[in-house]
Amino acid sequence: MLASEREQLKAEINKMAKKFDYHRSGLIPVLQYVQNISRHISPESMQDIAEAFKIHPVEVQGVVSFYSFLSIERKGKFVVRLCRTISCDMAGKEAVANQLENELGIEFGETTDDGMFTLEFTNCLGMCDMGPAMLVNDDIHTRVTPEKVADIIDSYRNRFGAHVTHGEHA
Amino acid sequence: MSKTEKKLVIFSDLDVEKALKNALQKSRPDIIGEVRDSGLKGRGGAGFPTAVKWNLAAAAQGERKFVICNADEGEPGTFKDRVLLTDYADQLIAGMVLAAYAIGSKDGIIYLRAEYTYLRKDLEATIEKMRGKKMLGKRILGKDGFEFDVHIHMGSGAYICGEETALIESLEGHRGEPRNRPPFPVTVGYLGCPTSVNNVETFITALHIVEKGAKWFKTFGTEKSTGSKLFSVSGDCEKPGVYELPMGITIKKLLETVGGEDAKAVQVGGASGTCVPRKDFDRAIAYEDVSTGGSIIVFGQQRDMLQVAINFMEFFCEESCGQCTPCRLGTETLLEGLDLLDEGKCSLKHLRELCSLGETMQLSSKCGLGQSAPNAFLSIVENFKSEIFDTRCSCR
Amino acid sequence: MPNKDKSTKFGSDRAPASSVVASVEVAKNEKDLGAMVAVSIDGNEIKVPFGTTILDAAKKLNIKIPTLCHHEDLKVAGVCRVCVVEVEGQRTLQAACAYPITSPMTIKTYSSKVRKARRHNLDLMLKHHVGECYSCFRNNNCELQSLAKEYGVDFYRFGHDTEPHHEIDRSSYSVVRDMNKCIQCRRCVRTCIDLQEVGVLEAVNRGPDLDIATFADMPLGEVVCINCGQCINRCPTGALRANDPSDEIWAAIEDPSKHVVIQTAPSPRAAIGECFGLPAGTSVTRELNTAMRRCGFDKVFDTNFTADLTIMEEATELLIRLKKALVDKEQVAFPQFTSCSPGWVKYLEHFYPEYIDCLSSCKSPQQMFGSIIKTWYAETAGIHPKDIVTVALMPCSAKKFECNRPEMQDSGYKDVDYGLTSRELAQMIQEAGLDLPNLPHSDFDDPIGEATGAGLIFGATGGVMEAALRTAVEIVTGVKTEKIFENLDIIPVRGFEGVKYMEIKVPAAGPVPPILSKALGGLKDFSFLKGATLKVAVAHGTANAKKIMEDIKAGGKFSECHFIEFMACPGGCLGGGGQPIPTSPEIREARTRAIYAEEKTLYSRKSHENPTIDRIYKEFLNDGPCGHKSHKLLHTHYIKRGNKIV
Repeated sequence: MLASEREQLKAEINKMAKKFDYHRSGLIPVLQYVQNISRHISPESMQDIAEAFKIHPVEVQGVVSFYSFLSIERKGKFVVRLCRTISCDMAGKEAVANQLENELGIEFGETTDDGMFTLEFTNCLGMCDMGPAMLVNDDIHTRVTPEKVADIIDSYRNRFGAHVTHGEHA
Repeated sequence: MSKTEKKLVIFSDLDVEKALKNALQKSRPDIIGEVRDSGLKGRGGAGFPTAVKWNLAAAAQGERKFVICNADEGEPGTFKDRVLLTDYADQLIAGMVLAAYAIGSKDGIIYLRAEYTYLRKDLEATIEKMRGKKMLGKRILGKDGFEFDVHIHMGSGAYICGEETALIESLEGHRGEPRNRPPFPVTVGYLGCPTSVNNVETFITALHIVEKGAKWFKTFGTEKSTGSKLFSVSGDCEKPGVYELPMGITIKKLLETVGGEDAKAVQVGGASGTCVPRKDFDRAIAYEDVSTGGSIIVFGQQRDMLQVAINFMEFFCEESCGQCTPCRLGTETLLEGLDLLDEGKCSLKHLRELCSLGETMQLSSKCGLGQSAPNAFLSIVENFKSEIFDTRCSCR
Repeated sequence: MPNKDKSTKFGSDRAPASSVVASVEVAKNEKDLGAMVAVSIDGNEIKVPFGTTILDAAKKLNIKIPTLCHHEDLKVAGVCRVCVVEVEGQRTLQAACAYPITSPMTIKTYSSKVRKARRHNLDLMLKHHVGECYSCFRNNNCELQSLAKEYGVDFYRFGHDTEPHHEIDRSSYSVVRDMNKCIQCRRCVRTCIDLQEVGVLEAVNRGPDLDIATFADMPLGEVVCINCGQCINRCPTGALRANDPSDEIWAAIEDPSKHVVIQTAPSPRAAIGECFGLPAGTSVTRELNTAMRRCGFDKVFDTNFTADLTIMEEATELLIRLKKALVDKEQVAFPQFTSCSPGWVKYLEHFYPEYIDCLSSCKSPQQMFGSIIKTWYAETAGIHPKDIVTVALMPCSAKKFECNRPEMQDSGYKDVDYGLTSRELAQMIQEAGLDLPNLPHSDFDDPIGEATGAGLIFGATGGVMEAALRTAVEIVTGVKTEKIFENLDIIPVRGFEGVKYMEIKVPAAGPVPPILSKALGGLKDFSFLKGATLKVAVAHGTANAKKIMEDIKAGGKFSECHFIEFMACPGGCLGGGGQPIPTSPEIREARTRAIYAEEKTLYSRKSHENPTIDRIYKEFLNDGPCGHKSHKLLHTHYIKRGNKIV
């Protein structure tokens, strides 16, 4: 991240923290914000956030590492979260998982080289009656079949065109 | 979305504005009294009497009090709150207003799980609409001196935050680790203030009860488990979905309703519930028999029950907050035991030891997650031991 | 949503999760209606104040409930689940340490359910506790080991890791972290975040992946750790320990070309007996002298001598600052902060670097001693400083870091070669087969074994302040201090109150003694201070230090202080991170009593009355306190570290 970008993010962090009167109850909303815009919460950001809330950076890290939607490592532009819990499992999540790996050329837990997609398992998405279910960022997809996987992935890829370059926004 | 044929309580007709207006004519003790008479118990799964909770919060000293809606529905196999949040959000918010009025609160929070972020926009719109109709804000529906508003707080992906003290920790910006109790949130909750945390379904049910009467509510259900309940049905059945059914319904009856008569077992209460084998299908779903927050997962004849147990235990390993010993290491140890069973390498002696460990987890874990994490393990091992041992052999 | 509610104790201050573990308030007045609750524990009846925990109630009945994550100094966690008990009518077992009694109840502390649960939870903790007891420095002083014995652990029911899963972090000069032995009780976390408010260690991840980590997983030597070692004193196992130099020291002792000198701080002598089964608060000064000689140290000196020297230098520095401000009308940094506690110094360097000018430039007694030994002593004894090895016996783990600070080489050599903790010396004494409590008595070696009571009380919180005041008051007023403070006891700065504050009106002005006349630029007398009110404060434990620093930042009453004593450790050096384990408020109090009692037996209780002090200023530091030579050897500078580590 460029120094100026970091400064900009820091200013945003402070602005948000101020909205919460710098009270710690604003910590998670701020973390969600940072996760959203920079796709991860870097140690530098954690330090800036800690400063804003007058807490220790290691405490911020304790919080970030606790929640599965917050991450220290940088995620892809689109995070694909496939439900691995029992109902989706019985509805055929294994085949969908396999096809996701094939389409994206990565394994679960990895991010594509172009930084577009991260593939993860997640626990129950609350779509057990329409499994297998998966989230792509905030969008929910239900009754996913291996055949549908390619279309879903393409629909996201196409949103950004083919010109998305490696290390974009690195 | 709901596949219920008969409209019982929650899915029965209700004029939200009228119901709220009527409620605000009543005195606070009358509202809590009506809920108490109805016998309503928390619909999230723990089954704590709602009126007792509200009464404690009402009686607690505090300049500020909070009403929190637990919309962190994360129990495997549960999705009824998703339906309620989608189609009945106005009833939910009115239910929160009712609770706020009863306990004397001005501040409401909906703790919405991260996985339901896509519901947020509509939910915000509903809140805004209700502000416009004076059902939120100052002088609600003309009631002098009564103000209340809600905002949404997003979760960040942690099943444990469905536990009310973990939820409060999370709201305060901490790791979602359950607190020691007592004190309970009704006296020392969010920001140290008296706080009532209730499930989505509970708020809606209470609204219906106050409008239509405890007596009417008690025409459904059993003596100890009054009223109706929403069930999230998934797995090997013809008609998965959300059903409103009277409490006390037998598993057999439920399976007939959803087209799952052929099941070999049913998981009642999700990963933290129990696995009921076919021979016990006459048992009733009720607080006094098989208790549930509404999750019903049907397992057909072809299912490998050991795989089911493994799936659940993996879930707990990932979702345990990790603070207390029995849960942090017990879940891991039971999962290792299941893997041994899967490989056909587990001695009966060790299995007995693991079952005994399961009992220790039930008894000595700090919160409900650890206390219920071994349930599925124990019930599956008990009921399907021969299936497990017959199908596994390490020499193959 | 902004929290406008500042009136509650949950204001915008950091509220660690463990504090919100809002305990039920314990009834204070036994006579109030409902204040006392009747409980039955294992068939014994007792009435306890409303809100008392089951653990405390059981203690009153002399019923021992085992604990592990519980520590008297720390907030309640309730996570190890070893203290679980059965409460009649409750479905699950309850953690005795965390359960407040608010209604009459019947409790069983050792039913079969309870015993089984405890045994299982111990078995689980042993699962990933790598290592064998006999190769662990906490062997025989390990809470996990004791519990395993008490609960009859005779095999590893759920397995036992033999391969380490973490690399041992030896990056810090002071603290070694071996997470292979960690059982995640989080005492270190609560020590570091709540008790000390330093914030180096915290739990990360969740479930079985839970770990105790530093920020960005950096080595301990590279984070904001102040080396106070309080985490070591509270770790129930061997996961945290001090960096032990005893092998190198043994090697130096056995090397005939080396002259090995040990200086001993005041606090170890009041505590080391605990490692030999003596009750806390047993002073073993003169037995210890013998033990060190028998271990092979060539000379045994008393750090209290340089404590006296510190008082001379630091009091002079204060007078110089006062003169500059009041007489010369110069801009001077106030208040002056003490600099004897290396944990505190590093804390300030990290968290309040903008106040670095307030820190006294005086080295700590340990470092003053180091440079005196390798200069004056080397000269008088006729030994080349390169052949001298200086060891400092300290109650402190941060002293190890301090002696390795690169600037601490003013003698031309590393001034202090090794910082050795009380625990490590106890180990050396045991290795030498010595029965410390029963050794014959012996004195310190001359010439720098001579010290006053003022130097001795450095070990207790408020001690440096008291010693400084005894000297400063006498110099400034020209009146004997004991005429102003009865028995020479300056009570307001003593005791365990976290922050202490005192005002002293200067009643008279004495002449400037010749020894100070150069430092004070030829000033004749102290009339510029007559009638003034000297304001001083004392804080122990960095959480209390933080309170004062925040007050100073906000321009509060402490910003008007002239002199403030800060000690990193709760209770002062007596509660240092190098002291025997365990620690508790009672233990620290007993050690303090021992020091104040021993002080009364000394020939003088004022630093400036130490004849060797007189001699060193005549013979060696002959341009007086804060003079040129003393500046070179006895003073230092600090680093603005800041708290940004990435």
